[in-house]
Amino acid sequence: MNIFVLLRLAPDTVEELEIGGDGKSLDADILRFKPNDPDEHAVEEAVLLKEKHGGTVTVAALETPEVDDILYTALAKGADRAVKLTGDLGAAQSEAAARLLAGFLKAGGPALAPDTLILLRSQSIDDLEGEVGPYLAEALGLPYACVVTQVAPAGGAVKVTREFSGGLRGEFTLPLPAVLGIQSAEKPPRYVPIAKVRAAMKTARIETVDAGAVEQPARVGVERMYKPEAAGRAVMIEGAPEEVADKVVELLSKNSVI
Amino acid sequence: MAKPILMLAEQVRGQLSDISFEMLGLGRRLADALGAPLSALVLGSEGAPLAARLGLADKALTAEDPRLNMAPPGTMADALRQVIEKEQAGLVLIGATNVCMGVGSILSARTGLPFVNNVRQAQAEEGAVRLTSQMYGGKILADVRLGGACGIAGIYPGAFPADAGRSDKAPPVEAAGVTVTAPKETFERYIEPETGDVDITKEKVLVAVGRGIQTQDNVGMAEELAAALGGAVCASRPVIDQGWLPLSRQVGKSGMNVKPRLYLALGISGAPEHWEGMQGSQCIIAVNTDAKAPIFDGAHYGIVGDALEFIPLLTDRLKARRG
Ligand SMILES: Cc1cc2nc3c(=O)[nH]c(=O)nc-3n(C[C@H](O)[C@H](O)[C@H](O)COP(=O)(O)OP(=O)(O)OC[C@H]3O[C@@H](n4cnc5c(N)ncnc54)[C@H](O)[C@@H]3O)c2cc1C
Ligand SMILES: Nc1ncnc2c1ncn2[C@@H]1O[C@H](COP(=O)(O)O)[C@@H](O)[C@H]1O
Repeated sequence: MNIFVLLRLAPDTVEELEIGGDGKSLDADILRFKPNDPDEHAVEEAVLLKEKHGGTVTVAALETPEVDDILYTALAKGADRAVKLTGDLGAAQSEAAARLLAGFLKAGGPALAPDTLILLRSQSIDDLEGEVGPYLAEALGLPYACVVTQVAPAGGAVKVTREFSGGLRGEFTLPLPAVLGIQSAEKPPRYVPIAKVRAAMKTARIETVDAGAVEQPARVGVERMYKPEAAGRAVMIEGAPEEVADKVVELLSKNSVI
Repeated sequence: MAKPILMLAEQVRGQLSDISFEMLGLGRRLADALGAPLSALVLGSEGAPLAARLGLADKALTAEDPRLNMAPPGTMADALRQVIEKEQAGLVLIGATNVCMGVGSILSARTGLPFVNNVRQAQAEEGAVRLTSQMYGGKILADVRLGGACGIAGIYPGAFPADAGRSDKAPPVEAAGVTVTAPKETFERYIEPETGDVDITKEKVLVAVGRGIQTQDNVGMAEELAAALGGAVCASRPVIDQGWLPLSRQVGKSGMNVKPRLYLALGISGAPEHWEGMQGSQCIIAVNTDAKAPIFDGAHYGIVGDALEFIPLLTDRLKARRG
């Protein structure tokens, strides 16, 4: 199989977020980025598929600071090729990013190899649309499924399990090539020791491909960004840990929970 | 007069989801403020009885075709595109749910209409609509203005009251006249929720563990606390993804919707997708080392501290009380 995984660092939301001077975006100076869960699951699923069905795994990302780290980590986990798309990428939002990625995927010719599977996260948290996958599928004219938790290729098609809600899931069959928004891999993402990532940095090479300029559809812009006002902030229970535990017992007994 | 508003009703196995009524209430409010008509679209076979329940719409449209049952996003978007053209619709409301995920983006790519996802607030103003989108895991809000009230809004579940969308009236129902092109993606079958040993939707007390629980062994500690409280353990997605608890214990957007008397959230940040599944809990007590975790914005009681330290202290006290 010819598997592509598209990666991107995500802002770390456990860190403090501040609004920038323009009032319309986050203060980039204090934003910390980290690999996100869905991307790690997409890499894991790709490597599992390769282990089961053979083929190659190519990881690709638009150039952003520190993106090399996630590419090398993916190589250390079993990806065969890493590609960084460079160029004037601006702050490529979902649709623009999808167009750049589609351009790269189609560089080898307009038709992708018939055993191609493109994996990426289901959703992003840092733009208005929050979905690159469907835009990418649309740009490539390929079938698409999102919130995918199981992937089983067989004979020119792929069977996937999609999550709906309340634990209900659905099974879909897509002809290949296809784009899949991965929610969880079949197994928890593997851990690679940092030494293995360092070894990948020494032996592997990240290819760079000029992606050209970003074509930003800019259909609608953010007018104002702000932090939500907590409507009903929790009553905080304070004190030494033992005291806190005592107060919780009291609270539960007052509310007849115990 | 502003262009008509169109909402996509969401159905799963012949049942309208709550989001349908949440969007209908919102759509009615915006339509009245803009002086625009409101249409509701129901996709899938046997849409007529569902359409009859959407009385707040000025008209309900059906597209009764089995290929539209649990249709993939491209197929739903194609049906919507045809109806938008026919009705000359301006604002389109779609649920920001797993079932409809992807529809807004594909529709936007095909129509050129702007798409704003995860909308929590919406106001009509002078022929335009102001939308507030939730970003960065619920930590940031972004205001966007749709000029001419034209665009696609993905409405976040639970952000608008469903009761505002219910009515005893029946709307006029028409066939939408949609031409369905066979989807490339074929829906094969439903996979029923795993019935675990415990049904967390029926438990009165839930001890919920998140990534902050750190190891599988610590989940055992939470089990002990749940036993002392006479309840069960449930979890956020990262814990389930690690395989530390079965899928039947997941709370949230993709998991279960729970409404226990007590929800003890341990090491859970309170991401919107988790909040969605537990917001109906009667009493929420959250323990988190991060004083700024969003969970404290919605919980009733909060404790800034180490859950791993808190769990045994509380368990010991509960056991001592029982003697
Ligand atoms: C389409 C989609 C569907 C989703 N469906 C679901 C769903 O159904 N259910 C769900 O839960 N998520 C779902 N998610 C994922 C969701 O967005 C979050 O990633 C997830 O809820 C985060 O889980 P968490 O709070 O456990 O982890 P984190 O966000 O990583 O938070 C861990 C928290 O633990 C705290 N902490 C760390 N150590 C300690 C300690 N010792 N004591 C106390 N606190 C500590 C940290 O401060 C942090 O706040 C979905 C996402 C998508 C995109
Ligand atoms: N992700 C979240 N985590 C914690 N609290 C939240 C979250 N989302 C909404 N809330 C709070 O839940 C309450 C009800 O919000 P709403 O869903 O808008 O009715 C408000 O106090 C919100 O601040």
